[in-house]
Amino acid sequence: MDLSYSPEYEAFRAEVRGFLEANRSQAPGHGGNGLTWQKLLIGNGYAARTIPQEYGGFGGEPDILKSRIIAEEFARAQLSPGLGGQGISMLVPTLLEVGSEDQKRQFMGPTLRGEMLWCQGYSEPNAGSDLAALATKGVLEGDHWVINGQKIWTSTAHLAHWIFCLVRTEPDAPKHEGISFLLFDMKTPGIEIRPLVDMTGAANFNEVFFTDVRVPAHQIVGRRGEGWKVANSILRHERGSLADPNVMQSRLNALIDLMKAETLDGSRVIDNPVYRDRLMTIQGRVQALRCNDLRLLSAAVNRQSAPLAGMVVKLQGTELRHELEGFAIDVLGELGLLYGDTPRLRGGGSWQRDYMYFLGLIIGGGTSQIQKNIIAERGLDMPREPKPAKA
Amino acid sequence: MEFGLSEEQVMLQDSLARFLAGTGGLERTRAFAAGKDRRAPDVLQGLAELGVTGLIIPEAHGGVGLSLLDAALAAEQLGRFIAPSPFAATAVMAPLALMRAGDAGQQATWLPRLASGATVAGVALSEITGARDGAGVEARDGRLYGRAQFVVDYEADLYIVADRARGLHLVAADAPGLTRTDFRTIDATRPTGELVLDGVAAEPLRGADSPAAVRAMIDAGRVMLAADTLGAAQEMLDQAVAYAKGRVQFGRPIASFQAVKHMCAEMAASLEPCRALVWYAGHALDHLPEEASVMACHAKAHLSEVGTFVARTATEVHGGMGFTDLVGLHYWFKRIGFNRQVLGGPQAVRTEAAALQGLVA
Repeated sequence: MDLSYSPEYEAFRAEVRGFLEANRSQAPGHGGNGLTWQKLLIGNGYAARTIPQEYGGFGGEPDILKSRIIAEEFARAQLSPGLGGQGISMLVPTLLEVGSEDQKRQFMGPTLRGEMLWCQGYSEPNAGSDLAALATKGVLEGDHWVINGQKIWTSTAHLAHWIFCLVRTEPDAPKHEGISFLLFDMKTPGIEIRPLVDMTGAANFNEVFFTDVRVPAHQIVGRRGEGWKVANSILRHERGSLADPNVMQSRLNALIDLMKAETLDGSRVIDNPVYRDRLMTIQGRVQALRCNDLRLLSAAVNRQSAPLAGMVVKLQGTELRHELEGFAIDVLGELGLLYGDTPRLRGGGSWQRDYMYFLGLIIGGGTSQIQKNIIAERGLDMPREPKPAKA
Repeated sequence: MEFGLSEEQVMLQDSLARFLAGTGGLERTRAFAAGKDRRAPDVLQGLAELGVTGLIIPEAHGGVGLSLLDAALAAEQLGRFIAPSPFAATAVMAPLALMRAGDAGQQATWLPRLASGATVAGVALSEITGARDGAGVEARDGRLYGRAQFVVDYEADLYIVADRARGLHLVAADAPGLTRTDFRTIDATRPTGELVLDGVAAEPLRGADSPAAVRAMIDAGRVMLAADTLGAAQEMLDQAVAYAKGRVQFGRPIASFQAVKHMCAEMAASLEPCRALVWYAGHALDHLPEEASVMACHAKAHLSEVGTFVARTATEVHGGMGFTDLVGLHYWFKRIGFNRQVLGGPQAVRTEAAALQGLVA
């Protein structure tokens, strides 16, 4: 065990801090704008760090500890760590791995700079947990794919310029081998977007309908029928990122501040032993996940494996976060019901919003029940459910 | 930056596991539980030969000079094999007391004996972590008066007794004026009981600050109990998964039913992060003084909750057999139950965690 960082990394941390102090005024929310901030971050290696320069990145060597230090210092300074979204977090790593040279050059730079926004066309009304059952059809006619079908839960489809989309192109192949990964412009004729309002009141999700949408044949990532493999590598990437324990820690700190500030019958809520016990229970669980995260970081740096420790993160993290936000609502009592533009609102309504939002994350990105199947089958080597006999 | 076990630490766990399996494991524990003898000298001697009794004692005093994290890793194995052996007090809390609060003479006298297993030391400080039945010990004119309950590693030759002012005292098990009353608890693997002290002549630990030593003893003791629960709960989960794979109902292994799989997945998902928490809390005892006490509280409370959940759920996965003595799962269930209450139950420990962070007015 050695939780210290070597001088090289301590120097790097000082460098990041120096950058943040010197450039605070250019950050979004502090007078700067998101796109120029992103450019500045890429130029200094604090965003798109390991993406080669010819594809729009900084071109740095992969270094897990440096990435961690950057994340920690940006969080500490409470400054934006740059642009996110599914294009940057999911499509870019995929293209880097399996995209053609042309695709890398065409898409990665604009995506990283925030000029090109993407949405992800995976889930369908009848293909949720069983994603590989997706039925949106792609038929090759001359040099174009002709696409018909429907996607759902498509975040930011109404803002996106392009979509990366799973389409069934080989109807006679086994279900996992009949899917292709296509990229196309959201302005292509035949695409209709309908917003899907969620329980938080926001409409980040959409339904997207395709009617005879014509996509140039070369806009495919990987080969025909390889879409499942391509998609699966990104889904793994998504699961870990849904439950960052460092974000959880800052939420816990905010909860403690809330309990010190709020009163019940004239006494601070924190002084009530029943509430305090529940706070400490949650703190203990947050600590366990933070230690687990440290273990995963160390395993990645030192090339060791801790598969079970990784498999439990999405399940445990989203459930705990939901519980933490829900407890903050209990701390507020009736005040916790306030939501939207209203007098006496606390924390901008964030406790209610995140309480609901994290229920969404418990379900999205592989439900808790699917996570448990994965833990049982891959982590504990328990047998799969037998397939029902064909009628 | 490295947060994982070294090769030496993995070897320590492996060799301890081999030895404990070799003692007969469950069958050895059954024999201990059924017998009249309150000690298992074969187990203790084996642990001494492996260096476990002297794990944290400096080499100069006949020990191995390893860390409290290493001790937690040993505790994990003892819990896994429900070993009928003293450990938390004799190998960790008592040596810490002597190392932190004893003078050179006291250290030279007792540390080598603890390291070799020739002397077993119990620790009586439950009145500091939560006094029950009005128990407590007072020191007056070099003599101890009062009662100490639930002595850790009670079946001992020497006791380290904390008084109400957090002074520490050495008391021989056969000292005049000392009356011992054996208790029977759910956990047959670790005998406990109470000491009644009626003017017992005691030798105070004469070294540095003894309240700080008491704090360190409690922190370390809690992490050892948490680690013991980690090992016991992991073993219960492993047994539940193995049982579910072998047990056939409705024409298929019950491990293929999602209802059963999800019980096992929930156990694994709760338990796996506990491993890192115990490592961190163990590491903090030696290296992160500002965090050590709070992390010890969290490790103790959280492992108690997860351990209780795993103990119940793993028993349920076994169906009716889980409830029987035949399978013997109850030895682990009860060991986890014992660890939960000793040195402070989860509510008491969480209250302390809040106070340590300045959250209690």
